[in-house]
Amino acid sequence: MTVSKNLDRNAVARAATDPFSRRKFLVLTGGTGAAGAFLAACGDDDADSTASSTTTEMTGGDDPLAMFGEGDVGILNYALTLEYLEAGFYAAVADSGMFKGEELKLIKTIGGHEQEHVDALIATLEDLGEEPAPEPEAKFPLDDPMTILTTAAEVENLGAAAYLGQAAAIENPDILAAALSIHTVEARHAALLNTLIGEDPTPDGAFAVPADPTEVLDGVQPFLVS
Amino acid sequence: MTDNTKAAPELENVQFEAIDRSSFLMKGVLAAGATYGAFAAGPMLRRAFAQDGGSEGDIEILNFALTLEYLETAFYEAAVKEADLSSEVAALAKQFGEQEAEHVDGLTKAIEDLGGKPVEAPAVDFGDAFASEDSFLQTGITFEDLGVSAYNGAGPMISSKELLATAGAIVQIEGRHAAAVRNAAGEPAAPDAFDPTMTVEEVTKAVQPFLAK
Repeated sequence: MTVSKNLDRNAVARAATDPFSRRKFLVLTGGTGAAGAFLAACGDDDADSTASSTTTEMTGGDDPLAMFGEGDVGILNYALTLEYLEAGFYAAVADSGMFKGEELKLIKTIGGHEQEHVDALIATLEDLGEEPAPEPEAKFPLDDPMTILTTAAEVENLGAAAYLGQAAAIENPDILAAALSIHTVEARHAALLNTLIGEDPTPDGAFAVPADPTEVLDGVQPFLVS
Repeated sequence: MTDNTKAAPELENVQFEAIDRSSFLMKGVLAAGATYGAFAAGPMLRRAFAQDGGSEGDIEILNFALTLEYLETAFYEAAVKEADLSSEVAALAKQFGEQEAEHVDGLTKAIEDLGGKPVEAPAVDFGDAFASEDSFLQTGITFEDLGVSAYNGAGPMISSKELLATAGAIVQIEGRHAAAVRNAAGEPAAPDAFDPTMTVEEVTKAVQPFLAK
């Protein structure tokens, strides 16, 4: 790795943990593309060794994460797959014509966040020298607005639970920082959508309940085209 | 790409011109530059902390979180009593206040389990926050967004995986509260694709206005 690249990455790493410099960085690089770089910065030089050092832990037995890769890479690809589903879902909803005006704007805003998460996770994996998981082929129920919002709420609650389920397993502190900052955005989406469909914004009570990959993958199974 | 470590010296050079021209705007830019420079040390501090903090470090972080939760609890409890809120917003205030109180209990127990001494509830002063529903909601947004940024900033410093999971379970609720309060105020529930993090110093500074002098 070149020295200049190290410098760039350090600058972005600082930006990732500091809202003010991150905002500055976003301005410098022109918006959403920077979100990718933001997470791309998470790959420290020790990230590769971290990933391989956890091999035995993560590939043992019937760990469903093993199909996504080892250690942090497996978690990143697992998250990427979920984000692909979310982004694809909102894009399909936006195209469905079921929502107009302010509602459509909201769908596009949330979908835009998910797409930024996709871009950031891909950039991070590429920065680690790893192959990002492919976009899964998916289909979604788009029959009526209430079904769509209910599905959206389910997916967001599941997404928040999925990130929470991995937080303690992430080895690299920079990847953890980025995952935490995505986790609470999924939580915000979930709370908003719950509110919109007349559900409690905090269905788990004071402490959110995590979901393990088996639960999460079962939950999204209906959306996957096999 | 601009490196922050380079940005600061450049701004130092600008300083002379700015002072010569007595440019208020340039002084503002300088203040911002100085801030970036100071914050740039954050991640290094964080890594050092992460390596050496251990359970002592965890107790400090938990006490930091406990102070915030005490503030949030007191805020909602006072709002329910003092503010003239619509039934919908009053219900949120009551529910969220009870959940913050559960966070207080959970953190207090976690600190005691580690052999630490939980901090006392701070004396609070919420000023004009309860003058109207809108001022309550705006202050609520401040607290909840602050809670999100504080936990997310502290998360990677936590040594214990178990405590990290607990902090995650709490911060998700802070995020949900933030979204619900923002929505009630007619503001975007999720203003950005990535929630910003704040350092302990930034959070400490941000809560000063709510601490009784």
